[in-house]
Amino acid sequence: MQINIEFYASLMQYLPPGKSRHRREISVQDGLRVNRLVEQFHIPEKMAHIVLVNGHFVDADKRADRELVEGDVVSIWPPVAGG
Amino acid sequence: MSWTRKILRVNLSDGSCTSEPLNMEWANQYLGQRGLASKYLTEEVDPACDALGAENKMIMATGPLTGTMASTGGRYSVICKSPLTGAIACSNSGGFFGAELKFAGWDMIIFEGQSAKPVYLYIQNDKAELRSAEHLWGKSAWETDDIVRQTHQDPQLRIACIGRTAEHGCLYSAIMNDKHRAAGRSGVGTVMASKNLKAVAVRGTGGIGNVHDSKAFMAATNDGKAVLAENAVTGQGLPAFGTQVLMNVINGVGGLPARNMRDVGFEGAENISAEAMAEPRKSDGKANLTTNGACFSCTIACGRISTVNPEHFSVKDKPQYQGNSGGLEYEAAWALGADTGVDDLDALTYINFLCNEDGMDPITYGCTVAAAMEMFEDGVITTEHTGGIELRFGNAEAFVAITEQFVTGEGFAADLGLGSKRLCEKYGRPELSMTVKGQEFPAYDPRGIQGIGLAYATSNRGACHLRGYTIASEVLGIPVKTEMNDTDGKAELVKAFQDATALVDSAGLCVFTTFAWGMDNIAPQIDAACEGDWSVENCLETGERIWNMERLFNEAAGFTADDDTLPKRLLKEIIKSGPTEGQVNRLGEMLPQYYEARGWTADGKIPQETRQRLSL
Repeated sequence: MQINIEFYASLMQYLPPGKSRHRREISVQDGLRVNRLVEQFHIPEKMAHIVLVNGHFVDADKRADRELVEGDVVSIWPPVAGG
Repeated sequence: MSWTRKILRVNLSDGSCTSEPLNMEWANQYLGQRGLASKYLTEEVDPACDALGAENKMIMATGPLTGTMASTGGRYSVICKSPLTGAIACSNSGGFFGAELKFAGWDMIIFEGQSAKPVYLYIQNDKAELRSAEHLWGKSAWETDDIVRQTHQDPQLRIACIGRTAEHGCLYSAIMNDKHRAAGRSGVGTVMASKNLKAVAVRGTGGIGNVHDSKAFMAATNDGKAVLAENAVTGQGLPAFGTQVLMNVINGVGGLPARNMRDVGFEGAENISAEAMAEPRKSDGKANLTTNGACFSCTIACGRISTVNPEHFSVKDKPQYQGNSGGLEYEAAWALGADTGVDDLDALTYINFLCNEDGMDPITYGCTVAAAMEMFEDGVITTEHTGGIELRFGNAEAFVAITEQFVTGEGFAADLGLGSKRLCEKYGRPELSMTVKGQEFPAYDPRGIQGIGLAYATSNRGACHLRGYTIASEVLGIPVKTEMNDTDGKAELVKAFQDATALVDSAGLCVFTTFAWGMDNIAPQIDAACEGDWSVENCLETGERIWNMERLFNEAAGFTADDDTLPKRLLKEIIKSGPTEGQVNRLGEMLPQYYEARGWTADGKIPQETRQRLSL
């Protein structure tokens, strides 16, 4: 199935080659869980601090259960703050 | 003890500068800076006074840790009654001015009265004198800084001054120090202008030699620095990306307001983000971001130093704006960018330069232009008002043009200088002002993020993120994640952030340390530096005392529970799309819980028992 990934800030280094600043459309196996996606891109667990699927938080303790579906957008940030 | 125990009192009406001892009883109750200066203001100024009259006072105050080796210990604040809101104003700034004032031997300067002619204050250690500033009036803050520095032939002079917008009566003018740092919010620069005070130049060579327990202080500050260095936010994220890293985060979660908060979600967000600032551009191969920068004693270094593309229309043929200068921070980038619908990074950086050069709060300025743009789109404001400028959402050329007029006081400047509340009232559309207590919102939509709405509504200086930054918890998971759309527990969360921040703002530290530090990191540093009991418990109670004191000032100025609210747009108009679709802010659920958590009455009054508990 096709999903979109978006990596931000220091995690942009984990993006595969492509034209968009943050987003890549990728093919993944059906039913892939969020934690497996993070592992697949070799992002250290602690650096996947904010993980959104379609703009909604997936907390760290829920990522092993959360199955992705066709067209999902997964956005990942390291620990960040500002204000 | 870290306090110098000396106040400089400057009477601008008679030109006198006198030294007086710091009230140590108050210092033990209110610590310093925001808390202690607010205590002086409360005791010396009638809250009902005209903010721009001689009876208002303006206090520049340091904290006990200002000028010390504590990380970020370089802050100072400006406290007065605000001309924008009519409430108590306290604007906090970094840079190097605050530490220099402390080195000169002063905890704070109290300015009172009004000078008949423009003056500036020159301080060299214990010597202070007012000098004529007639040659500085009409100059920008940057020009003023250069001229004063040349006059005194001292490269280490630290200068805080106002630009032209304050002279023209803009109600949200800032006081700029070290050219790029600002006591930005609530119009403290306008109060300075009303006193005919153009600048304060200070040189101090005394250092800080009176730390209460220097060994313990060394240990506590070293421990604190280690925590900051090891934390992913303060040790890596903020220095590399600055506050602007939030642009995509807040947009991603459905919390980024756009176009005068008419919309939530901005399609141009990534073009004005930290990541975009770091990309090399085609014209000269350089990125917008040149480097990061630090204020005095700071080991985080979140500041942005930027350039505008020299080929960009805004600075082409203007070499004075093609060099490095203070770059975009998140709140400014949002207000100038997403809220006006402009996603031209170079235009926004240039407008930010102009905000620094002539001293205006970029949050209130951006939001006021956004309100004007919405009224222009609705046909209420026309090109007849704007002098031919098509002030539409997203029009970068129009925004640049109107800003260049604004800083010189031409064209539509007088209207924009009113701030959005008075501007929208003037044009018959008061509902389009996105303000609390007359001050404009920062960059988080309370419809998508419930707790920040309560923090805005109850902030003592009007809408402000820095009075209770619940975004840390609600979005960023610091110290623990809470659900953005939940209202349960938000009253206690807001109170905790408000009280802790009041304490940090009174210490001389930067609130950004709290992304890594808890009160158990902060209290030992204060306790080692100062005489008295500065345990975690006492620090938190001090913060709560300060918050309540500010509330009492506002109550005496005429504010009531009716002012603890949000614009109708945020309470009634649902978010139309995105992850937070369908939401409004549910302030009505949270406000009674907040009053209860604070020990206030159901109508937001502070009862006698709460006053007694806090020694108010």
